[in-house]
Amino acid sequence: MTPFPFTAIVGQDEMKTAMILTAIDPKIGGVLVFGDRGTGKSTAVRALAALLPPIEAVAGCPCNSARPADCPDWADVTDQHLVTRPTPVVDLPLGVTEDRVTGALDIERALTRGEKAFEAGLLARANRGYLYIDEVNLLEDHIVDLLLDVAQSGENVVEREGLSIRHPARFVLVGSGNPEEGELRPQLLDRFGLSVEVKSPDDIETRVEVIRRRDAYENDLEAFMEDYAPQDAALRERILAARAALPQVRTSNVALHDCASVCLALGSDGLRGELTLLRTARALAAFEGADELTRAHIRASAPMALRHRLRRDPLDEAGSTARVARQLAEVLP
Amino acid sequence: MTPFDETAAQPYRPRPPADPWEQVELALTLLAIDPRGLRGMWLRARTGPVRDRVLSGLALLAPRKLHPAISDEALLGGLDLSATLASGELTRHAGLLAEPGLKLLAMAERCPPGLAARLGQALDSVPEISLVALDEAAEEGEGLPPALADRLGLFVDLDSLSWGESREISLPRGAIATAQARLGAIATGKALARLTRVAAELGIGSLRAPLMALACARAHAAWRGSDAVEVVDMEVAVALALAHRATRLPEDAPPPDETPDPPPPDQQEGEAETQDPTPDLPDEGLIAAASTALPPGLLARLQAARVARSARAASGAGAARKSMRRGRPLPARAGKPGSGARVDVIATLRQAAPWQKMRRRLMPSRAADRLLLMPSDIRIRRYQDRTDRVLIFVVDASGSSALARLAEAKGAVELMLAEAYSARDHVALVSFRGQSAELSLPPTRSLVQAKRRLAGLPGGGATPLASALQTALEAADQARGQGMAPTLALLTDGRGNIALDGSADRAQAAQEAAQLARAIAAKGLPALVIDTSLRPKPALRELAGQMGAEMIALPRADARGLSAALGAVLGR
Repeated sequence: MTPFPFTAIVGQDEMKTAMILTAIDPKIGGVLVFGDRGTGKSTAVRALAALLPPIEAVAGCPCNSARPADCPDWADVTDQHLVTRPTPVVDLPLGVTEDRVTGALDIERALTRGEKAFEAGLLARANRGYLYIDEVNLLEDHIVDLLLDVAQSGENVVEREGLSIRHPARFVLVGSGNPEEGELRPQLLDRFGLSVEVKSPDDIETRVEVIRRRDAYENDLEAFMEDYAPQDAALRERILAARAALPQVRTSNVALHDCASVCLALGSDGLRGELTLLRTARALAAFEGADELTRAHIRASAPMALRHRLRRDPLDEAGSTARVARQLAEVLP
Repeated sequence: MTPFDETAAQPYRPRPPADPWEQVELALTLLAIDPRGLRGMWLRARTGPVRDRVLSGLALLAPRKLHPAISDEALLGGLDLSATLASGELTRHAGLLAEPGLKLLAMAERCPPGLAARLGQALDSVPEISLVALDEAAEEGEGLPPALADRLGLFVDLDSLSWGESREISLPRGAIATAQARLGAIATGKALARLTRVAAELGIGSLRAPLMALACARAHAAWRGSDAVEVVDMEVAVALALAHRATRLPEDAPPPDETPDPPPPDQQEGEAETQDPTPDLPDEGLIAAASTALPPGLLARLQAARVARSARAASGAGAARKSMRRGRPLPARAGKPGSGARVDVIATLRQAAPWQKMRRRLMPSRAADRLLLMPSDIRIRRYQDRTDRVLIFVVDASGSSALARLAEAKGAVELMLAEAYSARDHVALVSFRGQSAELSLPPTRSLVQAKRRLAGLPGGGATPLASALQTALEAADQARGQGMAPTLALLTDGRGNIALDGSADRAQAAQEAAQLARAIAAKGLPALVIDTSLRPKPALRELAGQMGAEMIALPRADARGLSAALGAVLGR
């Protein structure tokens, strides 16, 4: 199915910005989108996929290696041509088995040829791309454990059924879910670089516009896609330009200091918060065409980079977004 | 009953059907016309002849049956073991979701959140799939998982219909095909904006709702043989696709500052769309259509179910699980497939492999077979799964100190929830005051839910301790039924003075409390009594004894102290 055009999504600016920023700098590390039903969470993720610039990869490699030398030995890559592919966006369905995630013994070859061979799983396919988990908070615990492990090491190691296989698995994790159906484990929460909260728009005109576009998309697909193709293309160009500009964004000591003091004031655990905040603010600066990181960039990035890293204080009635805003107002006036 | 018969003889008077059975027939017809747009139907009906008539009407759409305990393999496809072993080549069987068409989910109220999410994903991503969910909810608080309710366009309630009101249904195949052909050419005019506005006025947050309503109106216009959506189509759409989602109806209109003023009806667009076939009507007419569409009291029931369901669903993936199917994998064991056990193909093959040469020699007739498998080779999968615990707080909200104590109990609940994920604990709260006790917070693991439910619990009044123990016992039984292990924690500073029937008879109250305490002990429910009064009362110690519960005195307990004490007793 043709995904909905990214630029045709009405409102939800924070979610769109967060997704664009991870596309500019994948090191930011993924987006978690939490919100009500029917707010277009998964629509946005699939739309992003169509927007991402393509990658170059070895044609026959199951894990999208960039150079023939990077291909794992077990893959027996015969076709070593470099081809241009869309950035892989791999769906991790809820009912997935461990075998399908990590890869497992290739039963077909075991049965028909009596060979012991490895059949690559979803993690291999997601290498250098995106791994998308809808309803991430309902994912089975043992799959979560496995993902955490791989996300941390950037490598998938399979030791089972007499196989000993490893391959790179670096991917941007994108998750979406509805918090009313269950909480997300703190360890997994921390793995997402950014988190955004979406809710359905409450003014009528916006809602009507959402429905109008969705209806046009469903009933007049071609014309609708044509309408938005130039805007999507312009955004893709802008993302590419920002990627190129990213290394040139100057980061002053003041900016570093600002990042650290915001994190300190919020009491976010570990240094991952600071690093993510810095990277996000820098990607934002690059996206906006600025050549230096300013306090405004940091202020705009802090909520999405930090709201899921606060130590939980159940006795504080205010939500985490409000807490970040409160501290920002104090620390970065 | 097709409108086409009438249009020939006399002008068709467009009115949404007043007869409830006609409404049911209409819903089925519309679903048959546009399953892609409407995505499906939520059919609230217990098993019985009336429902059978509806289902036989659905037969035209050739639905495939699903049930709540369906395995992922049946749903999504998997390895076809017998074919694989017979042919020596990898053979997969397609899952039910791989084939397009209408699916029929029986006992949808028992659909676990995981299955609801998978079905929801399929409905979102495969336009050719549609779903009829049979909601057989018999009790208050049961209902369709919200993830499905949100995605299914139509709603039909059969519970209020008797056999006498129902008729045989046979969907007119030809007329439906005619309507389908018209579908693409229907002008929607202002219907889109108006249905969106009506949805907002009914307090419907999801943006899927107006989209479904629009599809419904369009299908109805096509069915009437019209080429534009008119008011009657919108009225049908409101009745069939929006009304059941309403979180407020006009009679309980919210205070004026909460709703944004409805924008002046179509002033801005008025000139541009002079050709609009839709006559301008105030939206009140449509909203009124919503309130007349539902039998009285149904909306309240649906809402209760929604709240309870989401509270229950908030327990996440932690409900009862069979150790044969889910959880952490354990080494495979020898065994027979069937009765829920799944064959571990790899382990089975590995078991069979070393014997192949020998078996070929022993069975020369089968020497050509690729694989000689004996029944003793079969290995089945096993999984280990922990039972979730649910901690039921029974909190005294009576008397003068109620507010402070209640606040601390709420704090303790939230603190325990904050640590609950790793310990796999769910928390529930029974509060008691005045005449009776109530389950203020059904078992949940979601902080969001808990906060929402706990905010604004009232306090003060008499002490219906017996009722509290009864409610707690019921909650514990229910939790056990769902495969969780309940523990009770009773927080009080006094003795009960209200009997189960609500009378202020101290003697009877005490006797009933003692009876229930013994019942709790007899059921082997672990319990804990916390005396929060300044001077511990012997009566409470006696009750704890009857309950087989541990007793701690914690005067002026604060939330953190409380949660620490509980943690210690529960052995964390």
